[in-house]
Amino acid sequence: MSDRVLGIQYSTLAQERETVTLGMWAFLATEVLFFGALIAAYLNYRIWFGAEFIAAASLTKVALGTANTAVLLTSSACMAMAVITFDAGSKRAPVLWLAATALLGLAFVGIKGTEWFLEYQEHLVPALNFDLPRYGGIAEIFFIFYFCATGLHALHLLIGISLVSWLAWRIGTGRLQPGGSTTRLIGLYWHFVDIVWIFLFPLIYLAGRNM
Amino acid sequence: MHAPRNETYLNATVGIRSWLLTTDHKRIALLYFAGITFFFFIGGIAATLIRFELLTPGPTLGSADLYNRLFTMHGIIMVWFFLIPSIPTTMGNFILPMMIGARDLAFPRLNLTSWYLYMAGGLITLTALLLGGVDTGWTFYTPYSTFYATGYLILAVFGIFVSGFSSILTGLNFIVTVHKLRAPGMTWYKLPVFVWSTYATSVILVLATPVLAMTLLMLLAERVLHVGIFSPQLGGDPILFQHMFWFYSHPAVYIMILPSMGVISEIVPVFSRKPLFGYYFVVWCSIAIAVIGFLVWGHHMFVAGQALYASLAFSFLSYLVAVPSAIKVFNWTATMHEGWIRFDAPMLYAFGFIGLFTIGGLTGLFLAALPIDVHVTDTYFVVAHFHYIMVGGAVMGYFAGLHYWWPKITGRLYPDYWARFAAILAFFGFNLTFFPQFILGYLGMPRRYQTYPPEFQIWHVLSSAGASILAVGYALPLFYFAWSILRGPRASANPWGATGLEWSTRSPPPPENFATTPTVIRPPYQYVRGEPLMQAGDV
Repeated sequence: MSDRVLGIQYSTLAQERETVTLGMWAFLATEVLFFGALIAAYLNYRIWFGAEFIAAASLTKVALGTANTAVLLTSSACMAMAVITFDAGSKRAPVLWLAATALLGLAFVGIKGTEWFLEYQEHLVPALNFDLPRYGGIAEIFFIFYFCATGLHALHLLIGISLVSWLAWRIGTGRLQPGGSTTRLIGLYWHFVDIVWIFLFPLIYLAGRNM
Repeated sequence: MHAPRNETYLNATVGIRSWLLTTDHKRIALLYFAGITFFFFIGGIAATLIRFELLTPGPTLGSADLYNRLFTMHGIIMVWFFLIPSIPTTMGNFILPMMIGARDLAFPRLNLTSWYLYMAGGLITLTALLLGGVDTGWTFYTPYSTFYATGYLILAVFGIFVSGFSSILTGLNFIVTVHKLRAPGMTWYKLPVFVWSTYATSVILVLATPVLAMTLLMLLAERVLHVGIFSPQLGGDPILFQHMFWFYSHPAVYIMILPSMGVISEIVPVFSRKPLFGYYFVVWCSIAIAVIGFLVWGHHMFVAGQALYASLAFSFLSYLVAVPSAIKVFNWTATMHEGWIRFDAPMLYAFGFIGLFTIGGLTGLFLAALPIDVHVTDTYFVVAHFHYIMVGGAVMGYFAGLHYWWPKITGRLYPDYWARFAAILAFFGFNLTFFPQFILGYLGMPRRYQTYPPEFQIWHVLSSAGASILAVGYALPLFYFAWSILRGPRASANPWGATGLEWSTRSPPPPENFATTPTVIRPPYQYVRGEPLMQAGDV
């Protein structure tokens, strides 16, 4: 962004920085309501069909889900380090931190894909091969929500991985100098995707599992 | 860099590319005007056919199936491709940055993206409706929409989904612009009310539209994959769909009406030559409507099997949301009290708005009352009520704003005589169309039926007659506005004697809106003996 002229709508660089930051927060507010609607619908059934939903939830792979939570939290820490080192003026460190972020993001998608594959083998995928006589209709509703939620989350993560890779390339080739907002904004987005998982993980994998 | 004296946003660059790739908020507003006018007349054609069909108690035009497709098309086009984007994307886009003294919106390229998403969504949905249509009504209730409905439902819903992103990005752009791009001296309480109400609208756009997006995604999942999310046959909950749909679609009513209220709040002080009465109340009522509007959705479901205590709460909250709306009506009338009232076309539309909105609002209170709602649910009483709000209110406000800012947008005047005639015609046509529908509904005529008992025919004939008058009222502006563009006399910078920043620059404005960024020294709507005191000082 260093070689870019200020848009005609701005009078100072600081004004631009504040503006784009607020823009990202407003976008994240939209995203909160987007996932919020799905989670609200899920909770509706979770409360309504308590026992059946807990039984269905116990079919999810809690060990892989837990490992993924650790992977994603670590990736967020790397993202935070990338933002800090970039603002501090370092050239190489942010690229490495961003690479770590993207790789951990890919690891998350890989583990998630493994889970989906295992669930496919167990005939748990609605509309594809769900074993209705064995698991029952309520479990199918649970798995619809499971696949919608984790699928949309993974889609957001893939977008995040693309953004982070693009950012690492820009910084690595010297096209992006400290002082702009791009790194911080992509960081905000990454942390948001992380937070969505922080809500999905206990709701899907943990709640009621020990009952 | 000063623009040459005769350079305007219209002639600064030429060619089709300079329009389709523009990032100028004023040009994007004109792109939206083209799209919105197109969809308004498509939706209007569907309405005309509906009113023609209802002239006789039996089938007139065709089958009941065709009739279902017509009212669905009318509803979908008018709600999502005219009413919701109408004022924000056209006048909001054009005027809002000028009102706050900005050179553009915060994110100009995003603004252009919004227009492309709107057009793409609109054309996808229109394709679906023309290929064979949808017969669910615009509300897509499950399980009807997911299992029984025929036609191009998936495509139509997908188009609405796409246009939702246009809404979200537009709202986001306005919120950020109002927060961060105000000119020096333009404090929050110096903002014109149109800015406040567009801001409140934008908050709803950003927070409600994603819920619709998710709801439609779940609807599509159920329809495409035949899995049970909302369908009771598969263990789902059809009421959940209604909750989620109205969580968006009721606030959407405020998306439609709040910008119109903003327009009226601009026009009434100018044509009364007085400051807006109770500015702070009008401002905070806009915010209150946006907030409370999120909490009333359950009043669409009083007979749907919702818990009685939930219905009581929603009934109470629906009464509550009427309070700020009523305060606004009182403020507009109090503004006119002892004013020097001018009866130009924008003011006549504003009068129409206030009268029709009041009737729409008061009948809304009937519907918020649990026992009355049970009696008139899904009757023409409801149809009449929401048309008084959406057509009598929102569309009147749209035409009011269009006539008010036309000289600024085009730099031309229009024949005021014809414009006043069109405003009066629309007012009478509207009342003749929709007042009989209150009576029809009260007598028990259900909505969405092609046939009806013969004793209702007189009311339907009156309504259809009114619709033909209304259609003339809406078509007339096409002609005199076209004449205005071609032959109309040049407009001065401030033909109405208004006080806002948008009137202190040339008509039509230069590409960068202001030669130098204005400094704001006064609140809006200040007059001394009928002479405007400009917000930016004397220019």
